[in-house]
Amino acid sequence: MKQTTLIYKLVMATSGLFLCFFLIIHLLGNLQLLSPPAVAREQFNWYSHLLSGNILIKIISYVLYLSIIAHAVYALIITRVNIKAQGSKYVYDKRGKVSSWNSRNMGVLGTIILIFLVIHFKDYWYIYKFGNLPLDVKGNKDLYSIVVSSFQQGWYVILYELSFIALGFHLLHGFFSAARTLGLYHRKYAAAIRVVGWIYSLAITLGFMLIPIFIYFNLNF
Amino acid sequence: MKLYLKIWRQEHRESKGDMVSYEVEGISEHMSFLEMLDLLNERLIKKGERVIEFDHDCREGICGACGMMINGRAHGPLSGTTTCQLHMRSFKDGETVYIEPFRAAAFPVLRDLKIDRSAFDHIIQSGGYVSASTGQAPESNSILIAHDTTEAAFDAAACIGCGACVATCKNSSAALFTSAKITHLVLLPQGKLESADRIIQMVNQMDEEGFGHCSNTEACEVECPQEISALHIGRMNYEYNKALLIRK
Amino acid sequence: MIDAKIPEGNLADKWSNYKDSSKLINPANRKKLDIIVVGTGLAGSSCAATLAEQGYNVKSFCFQDSARRAHSVAAQGGVNAAKNYKNDGDSVYRMFYDTIKGGDFRSREANVYRLAECSMALIDQAVAQGVPFAREYAGYLSNRSFGGVQVSRTFYARGQTGQQLLLGAYQALMRQESLGKVKTYTRHEMLDLVLVDGKARGIIARNLETGEIERHAANAVVLATGGYGKVYYLSTLAMGCNTSAIWRAHKKGAFMSGVSWIQFHPTCLPQIGETQSKLTLMSESLRNDGRIWVPKKAGDDRVPNEIPEEERDYYLERRYPTFGNLSPRDISSRAAKERIDAGCGVGPMKNAVCLDFSKAIKEQGRNKIEEKYGNLFRMYEKINGVDAYKEPMLISPAAHFTMGGLWVDYNLMTTIPGLFALGEANFSDHGANRLGANSLLQSCVDGYFIAPYTIPNFLSAELKGAKVTADHPAFDEAEKLVREQLNRFLNVQGHLSADHFHKTLGKLLYDKCGLSRTKESLKQAIVEIKALKKSFDHDLKITGDDQVNSELEKAGRVSDFLELGELMCYDALQREESCGAHFREEFQTADGEAVRNDEDFCYVSAWEWMGEDSEPELHKEPLVFETVKLTVRSYK
Repeated sequence: MKQTTLIYKLVMATSGLFLCFFLIIHLLGNLQLLSPPAVAREQFNWYSHLLSGNILIKIISYVLYLSIIAHAVYALIITRVNIKAQGSKYVYDKRGKVSSWNSRNMGVLGTIILIFLVIHFKDYWYIYKFGNLPLDVKGNKDLYSIVVSSFQQGWYVILYELSFIALGFHLLHGFFSAARTLGLYHRKYAAAIRVVGWIYSLAITLGFMLIPIFIYFNLNF
Repeated sequence: MKLYLKIWRQEHRESKGDMVSYEVEGISEHMSFLEMLDLLNERLIKKGERVIEFDHDCREGICGACGMMINGRAHGPLSGTTTCQLHMRSFKDGETVYIEPFRAAAFPVLRDLKIDRSAFDHIIQSGGYVSASTGQAPESNSILIAHDTTEAAFDAAACIGCGACVATCKNSSAALFTSAKITHLVLLPQGKLESADRIIQMVNQMDEEGFGHCSNTEACEVECPQEISALHIGRMNYEYNKALLIRK
Repeated sequence: MIDAKIPEGNLADKWSNYKDSSKLINPANRKKLDIIVVGTGLAGSSCAATLAEQGYNVKSFCFQDSARRAHSVAAQGGVNAAKNYKNDGDSVYRMFYDTIKGGDFRSREANVYRLAECSMALIDQAVAQGVPFAREYAGYLSNRSFGGVQVSRTFYARGQTGQQLLLGAYQALMRQESLGKVKTYTRHEMLDLVLVDGKARGIIARNLETGEIERHAANAVVLATGGYGKVYYLSTLAMGCNTSAIWRAHKKGAFMSGVSWIQFHPTCLPQIGETQSKLTLMSESLRNDGRIWVPKKAGDDRVPNEIPEEERDYYLERRYPTFGNLSPRDISSRAAKERIDAGCGVGPMKNAVCLDFSKAIKEQGRNKIEEKYGNLFRMYEKINGVDAYKEPMLISPAAHFTMGGLWVDYNLMTTIPGLFALGEANFSDHGANRLGANSLLQSCVDGYFIAPYTIPNFLSAELKGAKVTADHPAFDEAEKLVREQLNRFLNVQGHLSADHFHKTLGKLLYDKCGLSRTKESLKQAIVEIKALKKSFDHDLKITGDDQVNSELEKAGRVSDFLELGELMCYDALQREESCGAHFREEFQTADGEAVRNDEDFCYVSAWEWMGEDSEPELHKEPLVFETVKLTVRSYK
């Protein structure tokens, strides 16, 4: 099948929406970190173990890797096409006045998120999978300790918070944009999706932002 | 009033252009923007210089010929307005005004502010019509169309093909132009039968002409002189996805 | 005497008789025939598309960058058709009669009847193409009454009917282009017609991007290049509208008719400054609710809102109590001019009248008015920065539509065999005044339904002869002359721009050959135009090169306008009567109404070009009225 702009966009939309879905699960899991430390440690480590063993979860995780890669690769392809489509640059450009900043800078936001993901994967995913982690009382790998200790460092918290802000802006446009790419055109429902998108983006962003701050301030001293 | 203009001058398709400065005095606020350029051109002729070439025709906002970037905005500072409908009362005395052609790889510059928008014609050629040859039409009232459907089709059909949507799009996408025609024809019973093929062909053609992707920034909707809704782009996506699924 | 070739039979049967007996061409032979169509407005696009559908090879030319931008796009009001959907007594005959009477009995019965007869098929065709005409809630087509007729026969698509009809025709044209049957040449301007053995065999066109001079040969040439109202410079027309194609055909032997019959539209925005380039049309529908007035006292300097009710002169209601503010265009425009000339005009240049909605707003409420005319009020505010809900609009008559054009017979063929003229470019159907919503109709009917029968009828005899190619010496000659003219323009190196001459000519014509004319003013105009032409030849200044050069384009068009302007004056001078848009001050009743002279002037004037330095020669085509009785056109 011929790869048209709209097919590229479909890949972006479906992979993006899957990532949106994954973020919900990820956040729900992470919220366990807010429990009292003893409970949190057991819960969280058990949950991490669960995510690495289950076959269903495995499939989902492969889809996840694929989605991240496809989303990034297609973003690159699309950006390349778009740059080519622009032709020569405007000498004096105030086009930014008629659209929102984040909608115009999804690529920049996405790049920030990608860099963050590399760090994130290296520090947790890689260590969990391939590193030598101590075990907790239940015999699960003690990811909890790693998480808590990393968020004892102020700069690390700031890095995370900034990345989440970028993520929030990315989601804010991405969620609505994906719905449109899939073909939502009804005035009423398109407006509803925008509201849902706002709520979703806000909940995800604030939820993720809360955790490092909570750990930093509650468990540091 | 007096304005300091910086205008894009370019000799040919391939040549390199540049911004050239002009001072224009004696502008009345009642003048339209194009009449202000007429005034400048009149003075350039007096001085023996080549005039500034720009496309324009009806000067009442319907032919879609005029179109330039004025102070970095498609058709100038007002939304929902063509360049010819822009009047000098929208500018301040002593202001510097930047004037450039609409830019996109699919809209090559011919000279100065004149561009080649034949890519739009090619998109229409690829399927933007109902295949009804003269003589085939049934009695007009035998095709009943609900009032609201007609009005919605009209909203999309009102496109004047000026290219402001492409010019203001950060990706130079022709999604609004193409989707407006697709919506117009898919809403009406006359246009439904051939809609799957039409949509696939028009989208393919849009790519072929070298337009970019739609990022749904909705800037096009703001600058469109006919205020055509970006929701049509959603409609195009829907119809395209549907066509992909049902087409043999 | 020239022969209009009107078919035999009863008025109602003539067109069917014609179609029944016209010659056909075998489909296999059609692809051997090439047709050039110049202009891509409603007439041009529809004709080119329809001929291509039939199987001919069509080349379509326009000076705009896309066929979709032709000036048909700007028509607002609607298109008439005798569908009688309102059950209000409309019929083909009634529509025919309204049009003949509206034209002040200066058009051919047979042509006008055919126009009304084909009107219904046009609506069907447009609907089939997807033109979104207004609909009732039940889904049926909606109609409104328009332009001084008593039935509702106007179909419309908001205030953009012309645009929607044109897009329908343009899309049909694009479809044929994709099928390979039409080749469109955009940014091309026809600069001459090429005749071989007295027949139209091709054109010389200039590529407006590269400057190349191109030759195109064909078996027939169709001119659908619109009207020449832009001769007045300030008009409702697009800046590029011109007379060049038909004028150059005229100089090659095609006769011109009704040249001075130019409709002034009563509801346009007035001129407010010397640099103005355009008089924007405000839809005539505004007159359904707006009341037109001027101050009673001449030279009243108060702003309109300060003038009390009793000091206002609602002159249309006063003079024409039956039709009042809805009087036909020629009458309304003339009445406005009469008041403005009497010193009662309003606005900064004292050249406008008030169109007042205060009564309508009081009676119907602002919401209702907004619903009906909201877009027009917004447009008015955009252009003038004035809120017309609070103050009256200022309006003024402006040159709008040319009833005149190339003389054509019933086949729409000019006096040059193989040269056809369609739409506003010909003179045929509107007589001395056009009714609202009939121009879209005429262009479409000419292009979709008439020319596609009459052109093959002509071409059937052309199959036998040897095919003319662009190598023929006649093309060499024509191309040489075109190049010479262009070089002349570039090399005059005077000191005045083409626009200067255009504006001067326009002002002169507004004053002396405009809404009203006199023998004196016309004679004077001829002298002044001759002088202006001389000055044009010596003082013109064109900068730039021979490639993309809008000044060079203008020069050619202005040069033709100058010659046309002179012919307009001859035409107006010769016709010693007042009819329709042609108002000779010498021929009026005591209370200022037009006096038509059927005894001496019941004919179509057809002018022949006799060369630069000679006066044009008049030929007459008598108008024979077999069905209607000539009456005085009264709207009192």
